[in-house]
Amino acid sequence: MSAIVRSRTRTVIPGFGLTLGYTLLYLSLLVLIPLAGVFVHAAGLGAEGYWHVVSSPRVLAALKLSFGAALAGAAINAVFGPLIAWVFVRYEFPGKRFFDAVIDLPFALPTAVAGIALTALYAGNGWIGQYLEPLGIKVAYTPLGIIIACTFIGLPFVVRTVQPVLQDAEKELEEAAASLGANRWQTVTRVILPTVLPAALTGFALAFARAVGEYGSVIFIAGNLPMVSEIAPLLIIIKLEEFDYAGATAVASAMLILSFALLLVINGLQAWARRRHAHVR
Amino acid sequence: MSTITDATLQDPPRLPPEFKQGPLMRRNAAVTEAPWVRWTLTAVALLFLLGFLFLPLIAVFVEALRNGVSAYFAALVEPDALAAIRLTLLTAAITVPLNLVFGVAAAWAITKFEFRGKSLLISLIDLPFSVSPVVAGLIYILIFGAQGWAGPWLMEHGIKVAFAVPGIVLATIFVTFPFIARELIPLMHEQGTEYEQAALSLGASGWQTFWRVTVPNIRWGLLYGVLLCNARAMGEFGAVSVISGHIRGQTNTMPLHVEILYNEYQFSAAFAVASLLALLALVTLGLKAYLEWRHGDELVATRRH
Repeated sequence: MSAIVRSRTRTVIPGFGLTLGYTLLYLSLLVLIPLAGVFVHAAGLGAEGYWHVVSSPRVLAALKLSFGAALAGAAINAVFGPLIAWVFVRYEFPGKRFFDAVIDLPFALPTAVAGIALTALYAGNGWIGQYLEPLGIKVAYTPLGIIIACTFIGLPFVVRTVQPVLQDAEKELEEAAASLGANRWQTVTRVILPTVLPAALTGFALAFARAVGEYGSVIFIAGNLPMVSEIAPLLIIIKLEEFDYAGATAVASAMLILSFALLLVINGLQAWARRRHAHVR
Repeated sequence: MSTITDATLQDPPRLPPEFKQGPLMRRNAAVTEAPWVRWTLTAVALLFLLGFLFLPLIAVFVEALRNGVSAYFAALVEPDALAAIRLTLLTAAITVPLNLVFGVAAAWAITKFEFRGKSLLISLIDLPFSVSPVVAGLIYILIFGAQGWAGPWLMEHGIKVAFAVPGIVLATIFVTFPFIARELIPLMHEQGTEYEQAALSLGASGWQTFWRVTVPNIRWGLLYGVLLCNARAMGEFGAVSVISGHIRGQTNTMPLHVEILYNEYQFSAAFAVASLLALLALVTLGLKAYLEWRHGDELVATRRH
């Protein structure tokens, strides 16, 4: 109802010019113009120069590592995130509210703190590392450590995207499935999973997007060996410190293009999820 | 959390309230799992949270106190640490109000009016979340750095932006840009414009309507956004690291101070400063959970950031 009222009487409410003008000014000055600067700088390289930087083995290795580790972390979260969401929505256990609040820790904990804490845990003499080292598993200062950091940083994205969908999922559908003779496993895989899938994919993409650009929590545990455990954001910083502005902007623009593409995918997924649930709501 | 339970309780509308977690639901094997499945799943979920979230948190405090309480406090009152704490507080004190004003203005324009390109504008406001923090720092170096567009001019006039406090503030504004706006937009959208229209038609001025009608309606959402914005502003590392220049005692924020101490192998001092940031995170989570519990119906708990 409000949509109709609003569009008919929108002129009653003051401040349109002021607020929209301020919004556009602030957005342009602080976000859009600076971001455009990256592409202007990178364009200064010319197509050939740009390709030369982006296709150099060290840059390619860093991009591959950043995207690969982020993908692996997001995949782990895509399995455990919905499981955690399920447990918190459907089951009762002591301390539930407390545990639920802590799921957001990766949002609230500064990334540098997460980074040094994870390193302390997974280093060869750390709490967890000391048990893994004898088994021949090295986590800190290897790509495996980067995956751990990416998992840490991405977990809440998946849980918090799936949780509301599970809450809204109607139990009647499950009862209907059961009354029609489906066993619990069939109900879970045929009724609940399809409901949750768009949200889980959205969460996966959000976690992936966040982990690709992540710096603080990854940098301490990564080891930062060129070609092995050097992530793309670090390479940007290294190039800046060498005053190779062109190289830094080339890597940055490659990352920006890839994350914008991801953003489009996420928007598409969310639209799909909304359509999926339009009939439920 | 309360939003969650409330939603589950309210959603199956055909059940009277006394059946909310009632025995019928519980014992119906067709719509729940066998006890051992429930326990296993709960155990797996909690173990995962324990390993990935709790252990790092505990590690921060244990490592911070490794060399005793006096070493812990010595690391916090040391001049460089104090300077870092001051700079972090200053940065947040500038960043949060600026993004607050922007967030309210953007939400007002987007939710109270219809105009073309609105969904594009919303996407653009969200843009900083999908940009790597390192790139967020880089973009200001490209403008204000010595080789940047405005760099030479600024240097002539003795204004320092890159490798100084203004640069740190700019980078922090960028990474915390969407927090308050994205909390307010869905909330104010849901509330519509009826109250404002009523106030205006009764003769209130625009500002009176805003302060007396809109602000009381959105206060908890505002507080929620400020809370998240502040946590990120105080904890931002990547963006600030690129643009700060790491000058001890001058352009070091707390997260950067943690990094320097850590790289100098002063582990317990690094974890001591880190523990302050971890405390900030815990306070943020506590307040956030409290707001969701007490004022969940006045927040739009989209809960993704």
